[in-house]
Amino acid sequence: MITASNITHQHNGKPVLKDVSVQIPGGGITALVGPNGAGKSTLLSLIARLQPLQSGQVLVNGLDVQTTPARNMARTLAILPQTTEVTPRLTVAELVGFGRYPHHRGRPGPQDVAKVDEAIETFDLTDFRDRPLDSLSGGQRQRAFVAMVFAQDTEYVLLDEPLNNLDIAASRSLMQTLQGLTRDHGRTVVIVLHDINYACAYADTMITLTDGRLGPCGTPGDIVSDAMMQQVFRTDARILRVGDRVLVEA
Amino acid sequence: MRTLRLEIWVGLGVILALSVVSLGVGVIKLSWEQAFSDPEALRVLIVIRLPRTLAVLITGAVLAMAGIILQAIVRNRFVEPMTTGTGQGAALGILLATILIPTAPLILRMGLAATTALAASLGFLAIVRRLPVTQPLLVPLVGLIYGALLGAVSVFFAYQFDLQQSIAIWTTGEFSGVLKGRYELLWLAALAGGLVYLIADQLAIIGMGQTMATGLGVNYWQIMAAGLLVISLVTALTVVTVGMIPFVGLVVPNIISRRYGDNLRQTLPLVALTGAGLVLISDILGRILRFPFEIPVGSVFGVIGAVFFLMILYSRSRSAY
Ligand SMILES: Nc1ncnc2c1ncn2[C@@H]1O[C@H](COP(=O)(O)OP(=O)(O)OP(=O)(O)O)[C@@H](O)[C@H]1O
Ligand SMILES: [Mg+2]
Repeated sequence: MITASNITHQHNGKPVLKDVSVQIPGGGITALVGPNGAGKSTLLSLIARLQPLQSGQVLVNGLDVQTTPARNMARTLAILPQTTEVTPRLTVAELVGFGRYPHHRGRPGPQDVAKVDEAIETFDLTDFRDRPLDSLSGGQRQRAFVAMVFAQDTEYVLLDEPLNNLDIAASRSLMQTLQGLTRDHGRTVVIVLHDINYACAYADTMITLTDGRLGPCGTPGDIVSDAMMQQVFRTDARILRVGDRVLVEA
Repeated sequence: MRTLRLEIWVGLGVILALSVVSLGVGVIKLSWEQAFSDPEALRVLIVIRLPRTLAVLITGAVLAMAGIILQAIVRNRFVEPMTTGTGQGAALGILLATILIPTAPLILRMGLAATTALAASLGFLAIVRRLPVTQPLLVPLVGLIYGALLGAVSVFFAYQFDLQQSIAIWTTGEFSGVLKGRYELLWLAALAGGLVYLIADQLAIIGMGQTMATGLGVNYWQIMAAGLLVISLVTALTVVTVGMIPFVGLVVPNIISRRYGDNLRQTLPLVALTGAGLVLISDILGRILRFPFEIPVGSVFGVIGAVFFLMILYSRSRSAY
């Protein structure tokens, strides 16, 4: 379980998160949704201790992210940020290999090699294994970064818009892989999604954020509605229900 | 995983061959039979030629490594310690030591040089952090200006205390003064360079940015501090023993990184070998081109390095690593 309490955060004096308190249950996929600039990435990076907390507290499995030793944290929680600054000069296999660093600290064993191979296979990167990242397409590169986070093999996996650049096959396959992780391995996935349809189809829990404040939270079936789209996204997109599926008008 | 074993063995072979050549080149003619029969010839070999060759190899290797470490820390491929303040800081430090504590043991004066080198590097980082990330070329430019400023301060003090001669020695890299008993500090630099290999992965990770480092549980500031410490120490040791040799730290890492990428655990040994080899070639050429006079190694390296650099830049497809 991830417990964030009373998170208030400012960027250059501009409030970005306003007293956000939220509990993310262990196991299952939690989708974090909200309009551009709502503070989703900021919240995720605070949970993943990528920036220091200005106020409030974040506990992951009872571990305070501010005080837990870096290596322990890195074996508990992995994050894929929204933008991965500059593309490093590494091959796919090398990048994915760095995901194992918190476990082997420089001396990879057979288990690390196996995990890297597994990640490469899972994300359909076998053909690109030894290709430099900067020779790949945007979506292939995105998959390589996801594979690295996957190889880190942590109980908690935080992904900030991982579907960026992915085609429909890769998007569905990623979401299904994540579902497999949570169902078969009891992992917890927190994912920022812009496509509400994906959130509705795959997430067990949905958390909404608007202007730095928490909105409706719950299972997608319960909270997604015309009114919610209006309140959270300020758009009049209509919701269609087909059987037990929830679809959002494009 | 891809390894660079073949490249490393080839590199070692080339360096061995170059070393044999280097041992044979000098004003005093030597043949291998003499080395074993003539005690005078053996003395030349042990007191002059061997120390010089070792000094060149160590210097080339550690300067190249210092370059790639600084590039990982600053996340900019166009910086190197000798031109962005660290070298100038070291020269200033040893000058101050000569003025303030001239009778102190060498290791103390050396320590002062390493300290000012570190302070100068920190100053550079502090400046760089304020530059817009969208303009990577500003970084080396500002570095050059910063280095030149520090250099000017040294020159000022040197004038005040009539030490222009000494400052010239520290700022022009040259191996002709290397003798047995006068270069051994460089082994300390070699040791520091070797220890860097222990944190190769961490350096590669901080080279991918603070976010990546935090995500993978690497203590960003700790590794940065360790890297800076090595850079400063290595720079100070080389400046004090053989003088400043610019561009090794710039050219060599760029050659290797372009060809083999940035997985430092794999590439660091190759960076060291290439640095050692190229500086040794430069030193040998410097000795024979205008025989019996010598051309400073830095000038020769400037030409060779530039040629190599351009060859790499234009020669290969990017998918090689
Ligand atoms: N480094 C920063 N400096 C200044 N302001 C920032 C910084 N990062 C984010 N902000 C501001 O904080 C607010 C929230 O940003 P955040 O990236 O968390 O939004 P988001 O919900 O992830 O948006 P998106 O859907 O566009 O990714 C925005 O108004 C943004 O302008
Ligand atoms: Mg975002």
